[in-house]
Amino acid sequence: MLRWLIGGGREPQGLAEKSPLQTIGEEQTQNPYTELLVLKAHHDIVRFLVQLDDYRFASAGDDGIVVIWNAQTGEKLLELSGHTQKITAVITFPSLESCEEKNQLILTASADRTVIVWDSDTGRQVQRVSCFQSTVKCLTVLKRLDVWLSGGNDLCVWNRKLDLLCKTSHLSDTGISALVEIPKNYVIAAVGKELIIFRLVEPTEGSFEWDIIEVKRLLDHQDNILSLVNVNDQSFVTGSHVGELIIWDVLDWTIQAYERNFWDPSPQLDTQQEIKLCQKPNDISIHHFTCDEENVFAAVGRGLYVYNLQMKRVIACQKTAHDSNVLHIAKLPNRQLISCSEDGSVRIWELREKQQLTAEPVPTGFFNMWGFGRVNKQASQPIKKQQENATLCSLELIGDLIGHSSSVEMFLYFEDHGLVTCSADHLIILWKNGERESGLRSLKLFQKLEENGDLYLAFSL
Amino acid sequence: MISAPDVVAFTKEDEYEEEPYNEPALPEEYSVPLFPFASQGANPWSKLSGAKFSRDFILISEFSEQVGPQPLLTIPNDTKVFGTFDLNYFSLRIMSVDYQASFVGHPPGSAYPKLNFVEDSKVVLGDSKEGAFAYVHHLTLYDLEARGFVRPFCMAYISADQHKIMQQFQELSAEFSKASECLKTGNRKAFAGELEKKLKDLDYTRTVLHTETEIQKKANDKGFYSSQAIEKANELASVEKSIIEHQDLLKQIRSYPHRKVKGSDLSSGEIQHSQDQANQASATSNPDESADTDLYACRPAYIPKLIKAKSTKCFDKKLKTLEELCDTEFFTQTLAQLSHIEHMFRGDLCYLLTSQIDRALLKQQHITNFLFEDFVEVDDRVAEKQESVLSQPRQDKLLSRPLEECPIPKVLISVGSYKSSVESVLIKMEQELGDEEYKEVEVTEPSSFDPQENLDYLDMDMKGSISSGESIEVLGTEKSTCVLSKSDSQGSLTVPLSPQVVRSKAVSHRTISEDSIEVLSTCPSEALIPDDFKASYPSAINEEESYADNEGAIHFQASISPPELGEAGEGTLENTPSQIDSSCCIGKESDGQLVPLPTPAHTFSDEDGVVSIPPQRYRQKDEGFHVDFAVENTNPSSRDNSCETFPAYELDPSYLLASRDVSKTSLDNYSDTTSYVSSVASTSSDRTPSFAHPVGPSSERHKKRAGQNALKFIRQYPFAHPAIYSLLSGRTLVVLGEDETIVRKLVTALSIFVPNYGRYAKPVKHWVSSPLHIMDFQKWKLIGLQRVASPGSAGTLHALSRYSRYTSILDLDNKTLRCPLYRGTLVPRLADHRTQIKRGSTYYLHVQSMLTQLCSKAFLYTFCHHLHLPAHDKETEELVASRQVSFLRLNLGLVNEDVRVVQYLAELLKLHYMQESPGSSHPMLRFDYVPSFLYKI
Repeated sequence: MLRWLIGGGREPQGLAEKSPLQTIGEEQTQNPYTELLVLKAHHDIVRFLVQLDDYRFASAGDDGIVVIWNAQTGEKLLELSGHTQKITAVITFPSLESCEEKNQLILTASADRTVIVWDSDTGRQVQRVSCFQSTVKCLTVLKRLDVWLSGGNDLCVWNRKLDLLCKTSHLSDTGISALVEIPKNYVIAAVGKELIIFRLVEPTEGSFEWDIIEVKRLLDHQDNILSLVNVNDQSFVTGSHVGELIIWDVLDWTIQAYERNFWDPSPQLDTQQEIKLCQKPNDISIHHFTCDEENVFAAVGRGLYVYNLQMKRVIACQKTAHDSNVLHIAKLPNRQLISCSEDGSVRIWELREKQQLTAEPVPTGFFNMWGFGRVNKQASQPIKKQQENATLCSLELIGDLIGHSSSVEMFLYFEDHGLVTCSADHLIILWKNGERESGLRSLKLFQKLEENGDLYLAFSL
Repeated sequence: MISAPDVVAFTKEDEYEEEPYNEPALPEEYSVPLFPFASQGANPWSKLSGAKFSRDFILISEFSEQVGPQPLLTIPNDTKVFGTFDLNYFSLRIMSVDYQASFVGHPPGSAYPKLNFVEDSKVVLGDSKEGAFAYVHHLTLYDLEARGFVRPFCMAYISADQHKIMQQFQELSAEFSKASECLKTGNRKAFAGELEKKLKDLDYTRTVLHTETEIQKKANDKGFYSSQAIEKANELASVEKSIIEHQDLLKQIRSYPHRKVKGSDLSSGEIQHSQDQANQASATSNPDESADTDLYACRPAYIPKLIKAKSTKCFDKKLKTLEELCDTEFFTQTLAQLSHIEHMFRGDLCYLLTSQIDRALLKQQHITNFLFEDFVEVDDRVAEKQESVLSQPRQDKLLSRPLEECPIPKVLISVGSYKSSVESVLIKMEQELGDEEYKEVEVTEPSSFDPQENLDYLDMDMKGSISSGESIEVLGTEKSTCVLSKSDSQGSLTVPLSPQVVRSKAVSHRTISEDSIEVLSTCPSEALIPDDFKASYPSAINEEESYADNEGAIHFQASISPPELGEAGEGTLENTPSQIDSSCCIGKESDGQLVPLPTPAHTFSDEDGVVSIPPQRYRQKDEGFHVDFAVENTNPSSRDNSCETFPAYELDPSYLLASRDVSKTSLDNYSDTTSYVSSVASTSSDRTPSFAHPVGPSSERHKKRAGQNALKFIRQYPFAHPAIYSLLSGRTLVVLGEDETIVRKLVTALSIFVPNYGRYAKPVKHWVSSPLHIMDFQKWKLIGLQRVASPGSAGTLHALSRYSRYTSILDLDNKTLRCPLYRGTLVPRLADHRTQIKRGSTYYLHVQSMLTQLCSKAFLYTFCHHLHLPAHDKETEELVASRQVSFLRLNLGLVNEDVRVVQYLAELLKLHYMQESPGSSHPMLRFDYVPSFLYKI
């Protein structure tokens, strides 16, 4: 890989050769991010990014501080410090119209077993709750009810004023790993291998008490559930450590679809051996989901899979999208998918429909995945995995962003300001569309010229 | 020395007047005066007149009351520099042109000696025998043990090039003023300390004496005092008096800054009257002449704790050294400043002028000049000048120089002047002329007052001139300079000055002796010359008078004309009258002052050196004179260049007011304005002495070396172009190598191609040994990276390959370059490996000029409104983009990758323009997704 540097090799692009990973090289015409701004304020791994409004976001991480940034200029607006240990969950609590306090709140949970409520405009610490028995690992806001839930070893329900409304009994020692609201005041919590469905009882005329009642436990997963996401009004999806993807009906909590193809080894034996040799078990764990109307996008191990809800099958995949686990993915409006990974890179993919429905099977199969096959590099084609010869779409790599020197934990996409990535190297990088920024700067320049009156001076000269 | 028979023009261009040359084809601001001896076919860089020293140096001399003028030190302190040049002789010369009237004396009106805070005088002087020309800056330091408490010093910038001195007069003056201010500040401090000590001693002496007298009193109660007792009592009284005097002095010296600031009412006792002072002014030939001075000037010798009443002779004691006189700290600061001056004015005049023009032009390009220019020096300069007036003088110079050089208008004017002079010859001028032309009145009026004044000066100068040798030319003082340049207001004094006029006159009675003293112009001397004739040859008075008048008129024309030329009589004239007014007032007042003056006959007697009463009056007149000078001085923008008239009307009105005030006060207490005036003057000319010099002495050398190495790089490496392109387009270039010195050298060389983010250090990191990080690429655009053979370096290389898209990598050990393709035409011109340029500095300049061109392109691109904004709402971005591209390609003539360079520079310009507080953050890292290629030799 470093041959040209060390030995003075002849090919500048020798990097691409040995990696099983699809690479795109340095020419990325479709990659719009040609400007970056490194933001430095954290002293430890930055794990969370939360969008506050059109131009602000908050970052939080293991150093226990929350920093609020201007996404446009990269300016650090506020630094909120109050936690003594790493932050485990961050969520925004949007202000209500009825509420007298208009300011948006930020809730942060930390390993120091506190939850702090911040005012995002002033940076003031509004309130602090420290009566938790365990670390709160997830937070969710039920906007409709104006309450928020904290999930640790038990599940607590709080109102805006931080009164504890009700709580469950101790659920498990591992604690709740994910929490999602579904219609009719139900909440689903992922606890270990189980999905627990709770019903939240609002105070009515009869009783003034809030209550939370466990309704059902779903035991279909064979391993720990790592991700839990609402797909749409009808369904939600869960993913487990062993690559099980289950789509559930939100109303009757039945399985709509079950997919564990990622995990299934290919029928060919040698490949399977190969897998056993080099594949680590977490390579097929499902870390993150993102959805649009038609598809569920899953980050499975190092790969990306697109599961079509209608067809109930994987329509496109990229088995080795990154060098190591994909941590976060997001779907952009323009059919683009962005993924970030432990390998420190961010990649931009485009979901393309295949023009020709391939009649012939693609023999390479999983060879490429493990680096046996030679992938056709000239056209910089992605490695196409055709599930049952019927993969309808493909994920094309259109660009990668290299900046972080360590695992990229999360990213946030701003329509107007580009992409924000946070990483274990303590940095946050703001990626921007260089051309657009240039245009904006020109605009600003002329505005300022006009303000200064230099414009006319210049003309008169 | 003033008996100089030959008065030469002060302006530098006078040589060309007779033989006008064509306008140079160069832009006017770049034209430098032709080499004066060009007609003789001389090489302009040959030594002008066989000067005995190799290059310019600074000489500090003192007029020691014990041994007379003596050189103290030179900067640089290297005998090679001044070689066989006779420092002693030259010290004598420069010390003998001191016109500052600096005295501490015992004015008759007041009981105590007064310190007089005099302005420094600035004189230009030439010695044709030695082939040396000098800017001489006289200053007076206080020393309690010295005669009159003063120690005259001078600092001289000595050069073989007369033109250099003349043209850089203003800069020299400004710089030397700073040095002088530094010295004087330290001196005041030291003097105050000395006074305090002395007071303590006196106090002690008093108590001792007191007890002694008491004892004596007790001893003889016979009712009469022994002579011894009386003596003791006298002694005691004198000590008492001395205490009071010293207290007063201390108060004065301490109040100095205050007075400077306020410039307000001072007691009437501040003029200098004593004969001793008169003598001093006239070159102090006989120090012990006056008896009464001893009382005050030669204090009882300092003996710790107990002071003898009787004085010891000055010769007995060792005078303090300059370092003792000032604080050591201030002394070293001054030395630093002086060596700074020496650096500043090193080199050929052409070079100095060009670099000045350069700087002036650079300052105008304030939007783009941050990109490639070296800002150390300029900032330095900026700091020195007062911000508001800052750019004016240079611009003025630019404007005025061509004017000066344009011969035709001058001719026209002199014709006009002749006319007017003719008209004014016979008649009493004031009224008639006034009718004809407003301005002439102003001039002539004062001129009628001049003669008397000049007479006094004549006397003094006659005395002084005895000592001076043959070959002194006093070229000019600052005062005269500004007089010339500012024309109107000081017209009164300068009237007889204009030496060109004098020269061209056939009327002139003087025999022009070849090697004799040429007083080109000093203000007093100028003023004197005509009168000196008047005085000494009364029979010639008629002629002389007309002569003088003519002169006056002509001179007036000469001095007035520049503004008319320059501004074509627009707004300028509005201001000039007001100035004239003020000067006019002064003139009148001084007239009033002069009324009681003795007749010329009287003055003759004085000439003989019979010092009796009249000298006081001379002093008085002197005062009047001083008033005017001070007024000139109040104008801080007064410059040496004769045609720099612009400052006069660009003046702050407050200056005018100030001068009016001065004139008022001089009316009120006409006899004692001097010190007041001088304090005013010092107020105005007081520039906060910034002693700290962020000197970049090696910058010149640095540039040269960088240029040389860059040239080497270009010749050595065929892939220099893409490397330079990387730098210009903002792609970080990493220079990888094992040897630190080689890497550093190359990084320094290449840094001349790196655009700046702002007015700070270039984004260049000369040497790094740790793995690079994304932040580094945002921060640095040129990095020298250590290649380590150890396995630990794997991290470094890994990072490098990881971030390869942001960098171009120049591997010095393997002689490879990995970077994007470059196919433009710009860099080949910038870095042609077949270039004929041999010298590093030349190449540096070449690069600078190319980059400046580039900057202007970037400027155009950035600030062309239509390129960046849609013409109407419906216009798509694509259309705007295509317009940009076509502009870059067609209008700016950029090819392929050159576009990127300009775009990058444009981004920097935008950022810089919009940044309110520059340097707050590093700009974003911009990059392109373009493939890189590996180049090998």
